[in-house]
Amino acid sequence: MTAPAPVETLDLAARFPGWVTPDSRPGYSGWIVEKDKLLDFARALRDDLGYDYLSSVTGVDYLPEGKMEVVYHAYKTTGGPGVNFKVQVERRDPVEVPSLVSIYPGAEFQEREAWDLLGIKFTGHPDLRRILMWEDFAGHPLRKDWREAYFEEEFKPFKSRWPEGKFQMAEDKARLGDNLSFPAGFDPRKKTDFDPEKALYEALRQYQKTESGLETEHLLVNIGPHHPSTHGVFRVAVVLDGETIVNLKPVMGYLHRNHEKIGERNTFLMNMPYTDRLDYLTSMSNNFGYALAVEKLMGITPPERAEYIRVMMAELTRIANHVWAIGFLLNDLGAYFTPMLYAQEERELILDIFEAVSGSRMMCNYFRFGGVARDLPDGVLEKVRDLAFDRLPRKVDELENLLADNEIIRARGIGQGVLTAEDAIRYSTSGPLLRASGIPYDVRRAEPYSIYDRLEFDVACRPNGDIYDRMMIRFDEIRQSLRIIQQTVKQIPAGPIMAVKPAYQVRVPPGEAYGRVEGPKGELGFYIVSTGKSSPWRYHVRAPSFINLTAFGPMCVGQKIADLVAILGSIDIVLGECDR
Amino acid sequence: MDTNELNVPGYEIPPEVQGQVAITTLDRIYNWGRRASVWPMMFGLACCAIEMICTAASRFDLARFGMEIMRPSPRQSDLMIVSGTVTKKMVPIIVRLYNQMPEPKYVLAMGACASGGGPFKEGYNVVSGIDKFIPVDVYVPGCPPTPQALLNGLMKIQEKITGEHWRNSRWYQKGRDLAEIPIPILGPDLIDPRKVEEYHRRLAESEA
Repeated sequence: MTAPAPVETLDLAARFPGWVTPDSRPGYSGWIVEKDKLLDFARALRDDLGYDYLSSVTGVDYLPEGKMEVVYHAYKTTGGPGVNFKVQVERRDPVEVPSLVSIYPGAEFQEREAWDLLGIKFTGHPDLRRILMWEDFAGHPLRKDWREAYFEEEFKPFKSRWPEGKFQMAEDKARLGDNLSFPAGFDPRKKTDFDPEKALYEALRQYQKTESGLETEHLLVNIGPHHPSTHGVFRVAVVLDGETIVNLKPVMGYLHRNHEKIGERNTFLMNMPYTDRLDYLTSMSNNFGYALAVEKLMGITPPERAEYIRVMMAELTRIANHVWAIGFLLNDLGAYFTPMLYAQEERELILDIFEAVSGSRMMCNYFRFGGVARDLPDGVLEKVRDLAFDRLPRKVDELENLLADNEIIRARGIGQGVLTAEDAIRYSTSGPLLRASGIPYDVRRAEPYSIYDRLEFDVACRPNGDIYDRMMIRFDEIRQSLRIIQQTVKQIPAGPIMAVKPAYQVRVPPGEAYGRVEGPKGELGFYIVSTGKSSPWRYHVRAPSFINLTAFGPMCVGQKIADLVAILGSIDIVLGECDR
Repeated sequence: MDTNELNVPGYEIPPEVQGQVAITTLDRIYNWGRRASVWPMMFGLACCAIEMICTAASRFDLARFGMEIMRPSPRQSDLMIVSGTVTKKMVPIIVRLYNQMPEPKYVLAMGACASGGGPFKEGYNVVSGIDKFIPVDVYVPGCPPTPQALLNGLMKIQEKITGEHWRNSRWYQKGRDLAEIPIPILGPDLIDPRKVEEYHRRLAESEA
């Protein structure tokens, strides 16, 4: 067991006088950086102080104060707590903040998202287009003064549904009889020549020329959003030179279902089932991240038994996710369905356990602030014990025996789609993708939460950063998860499962919190701002699938088009989380 | 082949050829063939797609219904399982895929989102049910529906096929209801070309 990195006290205000001031609002932490000095500050933070990993970038609209804020969370890949810094600007269009893409390339998609949803312009961003909505969409929906067509009230529960329950269809109340709103003066009969693809193709045009400036036979190919190998409704626009990929741009948002806007209307507890639907393969671990963030704000910790149940469920989720990921990577490599059926068998057994404890196979909605919803039913612990000590170790070995030395997998995996260690950090990748590139960074060890500091396990790590390593690291992680589950089964104490009385409305004091867990796909973070009301003021999800895709383009350039699906499969994305 | 399934009652078949000979109608044998070989489109949208894959995989085994051949191409599929939240950005593509499917074609709305928007209905990028754009044959409730529920929905599709008559099926009628559905446009918001007049009228009313 490795000791966590020593905590150092940072006084950035003394180090950068005049640039940086401590954030002194009650419940807030971190530093406020002057907008003009942001680039210098970030460079110093990365190069001199060693915060080389920019985990999350997001914005907050403080409408009553007339301010917009961009919030950054940076960490060291050697472990330890992070630093949280913010830039505040007047809430007056255009809202402009310097882009950090030149220092932390991992900010690229996150800044595009902040532009899309909040209308914050990042000056110096290489390709600032909308990312989740389409280009012609009117308005920036996460702004607090932007209202959706079905708007009823700012916060739930809506009066129309409670307590008399006189429910009326939202369509009947909406102005256009549908979930639609048009800007003032727009005539739907006149202008119909919208082209949502124009900006994308213009952004790709620079790659369609050779160095001499001549347009060549470079070919633009769209893969998705309906394509069997894109793992959901994901689309890639690829520029090809023959069969070699010259450049590509991922196109997302086909499953953008407005988690954050809905989440800011919901009460805190109402968001729990929505987190299930982020990464729908790993609902337990999404619950975990959200519960941690809100518990940080509320200042409560769950009782011992609940912590053990949580960790057990999160690790079972990791196994279920990784067998699924391996199965589908093999699908992408052409081993059509057979390995997937082997993998599915094990996943179904884990889903049985989830169904027993939570009542649902996939959407568990099991965690509560201060514990879990209900105790383990009789017999579940025995089932977990059988799986963790007997069946799964055997089956994982079997699956690995079948796959690891397969000639085709080795030929297509080794040395293909390489992501170097430096790039993996630069592009803010996380999870198995980062660890397969030789960086042993795992939130469970780097900044332990729950009871992970007491459990024995190793951070799986592989050196080469290719497709093969990314497949094999999932086997390694399953084995480590099994170790953890074995310990929790042995050590789980009796006792209560909730620290507080269960309540529909929780009192969350004002302030901000960033809760992060090591999800199966990578670092899953929840940034929550509370104003003391029943709903979060800001609810942001740092989605690993989304940010890991930042490295997708650089990994593919120079590869053959046939390897693109394999590389995508080895990243392991889920669109529910990617688009939110 | 179990001839009992095919036989039209009321005809006596000599016992020595029972099992080899069936007396049946064209509808009956045609529907019998169709319902046992529905090819769904390999097309997943969101969470429900995972349960759809589980339905096709080891434990629930869609092959028992003759449906295990999922085709990625709409040109080769008979059934579109709309498995998940339909967003405004995605709906032009879904309508296009539906238009590309050859008749006879069926649509199964899987789960709360595809049926009516579900938990995400109030979202600004969410369509309140795929039936706003394409005709749906069977709705399967749930969030997500369990594989058992989806199987039940697929059996409902089979029931529907069984009850059809080629004489009055809409796809065999000349010029009836077979026009392509116009593709929605992504403007300042999603514009359904069939409804522009209505939008215009409602906009004018609400401004007045």
